[in-house]
Amino acid sequence: MFDFDDLREIWSTMKKNKLRTFLTGFSVAWGIFMLIVLLAAGNGLRNGIAANFDRWAANMVEIWPRYTTKPYDGLPSNRRIEFTERDIAAIKRSFPEVDLISGISYRNDTISYGKEYLNANIRAVYPDYCRIVYMPIPSGSGRFINEPDMHGRRKSIVISQPMIKVLFRDSLPALGRYVKISGAMFKIIGIYKQEESNSDNVAYIPFTTGQLLFDRGYRVGDIDFTVKGLNTEVASIAFEKKLRSRIARLHRFDSDDKNALGYYDMGNEFRMWHGMNNGIAMFIWIIGIGTLMAGIVGVSNIMLITVRERTKEFGIRKAIGAKPLSILKMIIVESILVTAVFGYIGMISGIGLSEAINYAMNIAREASGESSNDTVIFRNPTVSLGISVSATIVLIIAGVLAGYFPARKAIKITAIEAMREE
Amino acid sequence: MIIQLHNINKTYYSAAPLHVLKGINLGIEAGEMVSIMGASGSGKSTLLNILGILDTYDTGEYLLNGQLISNLSESRAAEYRNRLIGFIFQSFNLITFKNAMENVALPLYYQGIRRKKRNVVAMEYLDMVGLRDWADHMPNELSGGQKQRVAIARALIAQPKIILADEPTGALDSVTTEEVIALLRKVNQERGMTMIIVTHEASVANATDKIIRLRDGLIENIEAPHHV
Repeated sequence: MFDFDDLREIWSTMKKNKLRTFLTGFSVAWGIFMLIVLLAAGNGLRNGIAANFDRWAANMVEIWPRYTTKPYDGLPSNRRIEFTERDIAAIKRSFPEVDLISGISYRNDTISYGKEYLNANIRAVYPDYCRIVYMPIPSGSGRFINEPDMHGRRKSIVISQPMIKVLFRDSLPALGRYVKISGAMFKIIGIYKQEESNSDNVAYIPFTTGQLLFDRGYRVGDIDFTVKGLNTEVASIAFEKKLRSRIARLHRFDSDDKNALGYYDMGNEFRMWHGMNNGIAMFIWIIGIGTLMAGIVGVSNIMLITVRERTKEFGIRKAIGAKPLSILKMIIVESILVTAVFGYIGMISGIGLSEAINYAMNIAREASGESSNDTVIFRNPTVSLGISVSATIVLIIAGVLAGYFPARKAIKITAIEAMREE
Repeated sequence: MIIQLHNINKTYYSAAPLHVLKGINLGIEAGEMVSIMGASGSGKSTLLNILGILDTYDTGEYLLNGQLISNLSESRAAEYRNRLIGFIFQSFNLITFKNAMENVALPLYYQGIRRKKRNVVAMEYLDMVGLRDWADHMPNELSGGQKQRVAIARALIAQPKIILADEPTGALDSVTTEEVIALLRKVNQERGMTMIIVTHEASVANATDKIIRLRDGLIENIEAPHHV
């Protein structure tokens, strides 16, 4: 049906019509190139904004025990509720939508190093805690609490950069040194980043260690966790209700007794972050689809003109014995070849440019130090290969269709009429 | 008889119906070289297009090489044109981006003959029309006479049963006209190729065996040429 000789015939046609081939190809390559560059720019904007609002990326819920205000089930009111690890297990078991969870025990205490000291809120947390709340630990600044810390009830501590400045007056590398809390020595295993404007002194130690020190080894202060899929306010309210009644059953208090359980969620912030993210994503898609359509229109126009221009040639070919199908095949294979080759070129150069910009930005960021991180609103301007390839395929299909329809019309013109065309 | 026409009628339906051919009866023997003459509008081009299966007729019967040509699909018509008929046009109708050899070889491409072989055959035919040295030239580098000789080589390469020429010398000067007619005559005599030439030039018509005169869609008369 189709052999090398046919390809050679098409190739010679393309070679002899360099300008036409180039124009068709250029519009395809340019369309794909612009699409990828614009999508990359849009993605860069999205990544940049997302990085600035990272602390809102997870839908965090925090609960803490309080006093009952209603008698229930024969129990008096004004009864103190206490959390234990049983509550954490119950939440995990009953709510599959809960993703990361951490118990927290805390105490305000003095941290000292030599003559320097400061007052800090010392929180004993699970290793997952750093993923529940936003807590960036830059590379080279150690790590957060991990499982071995938990198992060994190690005296490890993670503190913030401002606290390091006070305790060590930035004279020493602080990582690995020991600070004193209530007579016990804690080793600094990580330093997390905190904006200068935030004056809270918060230090983190393994939950097991803290529980032993602050909560007699069995109590849990607060419970923090993230919940997946709470994208609407209605869903947030329904989840709170379910959670309250589950905890109420466990501790035997009236589930309508709001005072018995403190509850806070980041639903609003999370939904705002989500909306912003979706908004930018939609913006990117509008740009993308618009560019793609412009490309399709460009390719279609050129194919239309090409086929018109060749009407006479088709007439001659028909007169000397070309079947209509062989002419149609010739046009379509030619347009596939042109759009595929140039589409590939456009795709490679688009990806190349966006990756080059990304690389240059990374170099620039490293050169200017960490502090510039906070204000960057443009980050990782790249496009996934899948999207690039599908856009190229869409344009190739468009090119083929754009060639097919006028070609089908052209081969319906009789050979005599076609040969009369100039 | 290679061509038999029985009562061929053709009407074009545009704004007002135009009855172009009003019952043509004609027989042409294999190896004959005939010319068709007539005023413009007499139907000579339409007749040639029907003979060349480039156009259809309404009623009547057309037998080409013993086969009834009627209600053919586009593909079938293309196949018959490719194997039975060679065309020569007034405006040459060479493909502008192909060189002389590629133009000559094109009918063989549509017969599925390999490139090497068809280029060898194309060179033989170019040699026959005296253009071997011009094989690599593009049509726009050739003179009118040379272009028409390339077209003649292209018409002959598939070894068709008949050659149909529509005003083959209409775009040529008197000297090249003579050369082209001499070439056609030579092909006719050496290969016994049937030729039908539409022309309005008496000198061309007089070089053929038989002149068919058309008038208002009918054959007025068939006469022998006046040899000067």
